[in-house]
Amino acid sequence: MKLPLWLTGSLACLALAAPAADKLPVVASFSILGDLVSQVGGDKVEVRTLVGPDGDAHVYQPSPRDGKTLAGARLLVTNGLGFEGWMERLITASRYRGARVVASDKIQAEQMAEDEGHEHGHGHDHGKLDPHAWQDPARVQQYVANIADGLAAADPANATYYRQRAVQYRQTLQQLDSWAQQQFASVPSAKRRVITSHDAFGYLGRHFGITFLAPQGMNTEAEASAKAVGQLIQQAKREGIRAIFVENISNPRLLEQISRETGAKPGGRLYSDALSRPDGPAASYEAMMRYNIATLVAGMKQN
Amino acid sequence: MTPYELLWQPFADFAFMRHALVGCLALALGCAPIGLFLVLRRMSLVGDAMSHAILPGAAIAFIVYGLSLTAMSIGGLIAGLVVVLAAGLVTRATRLKEDASFAAFYLVSLASGVLLVSKWGSNVDLMHILFGTVLAVDDTALAFLAMVASATLLVLAGIYRALVVESFDPEFLQSMGGRGAWAHFAFLILVVLNLVAGFQALGTLMAVGLMMLPAASARLWAKELPALLGIALLIALLAAYVGLLLSYHADLPSGPCIILTAGIAYFISLAAGTRGGMLRSWLGRAHLEA
Repeated sequence: MKLPLWLTGSLACLALAAPAADKLPVVASFSILGDLVSQVGGDKVEVRTLVGPDGDAHVYQPSPRDGKTLAGARLLVTNGLGFEGWMERLITASRYRGARVVASDKIQAEQMAEDEGHEHGHGHDHGKLDPHAWQDPARVQQYVANIADGLAAADPANATYYRQRAVQYRQTLQQLDSWAQQQFASVPSAKRRVITSHDAFGYLGRHFGITFLAPQGMNTEAEASAKAVGQLIQQAKREGIRAIFVENISNPRLLEQISRETGAKPGGRLYSDALSRPDGPAASYEAMMRYNIATLVAGMKQN
Repeated sequence: MTPYELLWQPFADFAFMRHALVGCLALALGCAPIGLFLVLRRMSLVGDAMSHAILPGAAIAFIVYGLSLTAMSIGGLIAGLVVVLAAGLVTRATRLKEDASFAAFYLVSLASGVLLVSKWGSNVDLMHILFGTVLAVDDTALAFLAMVASATLLVLAGIYRALVVESFDPEFLQSMGGRGAWAHFAFLILVVLNLVAGFQALGTLMAVGLMMLPAASARLWAKELPALLGIALLIALLAAYVGLLLSYHADLPSGPCIILTAGIAYFISLAAGTRGGMLRSWLGRAHLEA
């Protein structure tokens, strides 16, 4: 039997749309957002993540499969604030026409601290926003609200379900926040100084009153200068900072060098821009925050 | 700022600066003569090509053993040697010239490296994990660099005569039998070895940059081999020292600073070099016309 062309075409469309009737196909740009979306979406959505666990979204190169994944999705969730520089090209290439949620929408974004190696500068206006807003659980409240709005708009039939789950998860976030406040309160404020490899913890630092120092700027692509490394070492020696941490996404060699020179022992690995693999200590956003905070507190007590 | 503060204090204050300087010096000792022979043999781009050929070996080692300097160096070395051998065989067995077969093999090698890492490695940027930075040279890396520099100088001393003859008159040495081929092969192994050492310890730019720029500059100042070697080495050492100081005082990334300093030496040589520099040949012409 030969079907008319328009009929085969619409049948094919139906066949493609069929799985979407069960679960809403959503694409999240990186692992942390992916977890937030599944927390809100529950079993009504199917989340796929472009940059997976332990991956670096700053320097990611999308593959054709990502294009295919995106083209089959009905909602795309990105962080925004210039975090996924490669996303626009991927959207063009995959001809994605679905809805889009920028998770950091409506949050109060901070400028990037420019003078690494010094105190984090205030009032500098370099026009560059710090994208790592998920490190602050209070701001993630807004992330979750944005994601719930996006899911409800893309799948109105389940809107109440999404909003309920969002409310629940926001309570989890509040508990996380107050737990974190308690943890940090056990460290005297003079000791709340930490060295990490790139400036990913600006929001965490502001929210909990911790000073983060880094030899590299916010971008993992940048190379450190000898001056920045020298100043960092001097400051660490002068102020007795022994809390030095490597991140899961960057090269640990420079940090190892700094800890050798200051006589500090690297205090473990922090998860800044990506979750760990499912069997790791930071498989979800909440687990990641709890793990990071416990690690930071233990390290700062050595200061 | 006193001259002491300007010229030496950063090294006195910080162990990482001393490590970086000594690492660069060791690398320069091996790389400068290697680069010079590459220039003399009209193989200037082979260093660059080989640096890509190393990738799949280092990548496999990284995937299997994680971030281990030893494993990644051995892996890179093996991949480099395979490319050298394959390119050499093709040159001898077919009508393809050496540069063409190198180009072909390094591209295949580079592509397989990228494929391996995207398939089995994590998404972390390859270059940042596989390659070191000048500011993070540790004792192991220093020992490795020193070993490679010593081995390079010893082997070069052994094959010096054959290498010199072949560089200037390949036909003659080929007519003398197989020794030229062995010298050539040993030389290519040294190229790979130095690139691996430089990459692992100091970063992508450093090895090829310290190899080629001082060598190309030296050609504009001297003709005799001993003088050429001395000048290339001197430029490499100066570039490392001045580049590190620049990176420290001007707050700029270190690797590019060192290579750009070598680049400035090259431009100065282009302009003022006593052997074929532009200024000299322009003056010479003016003198003839007058």
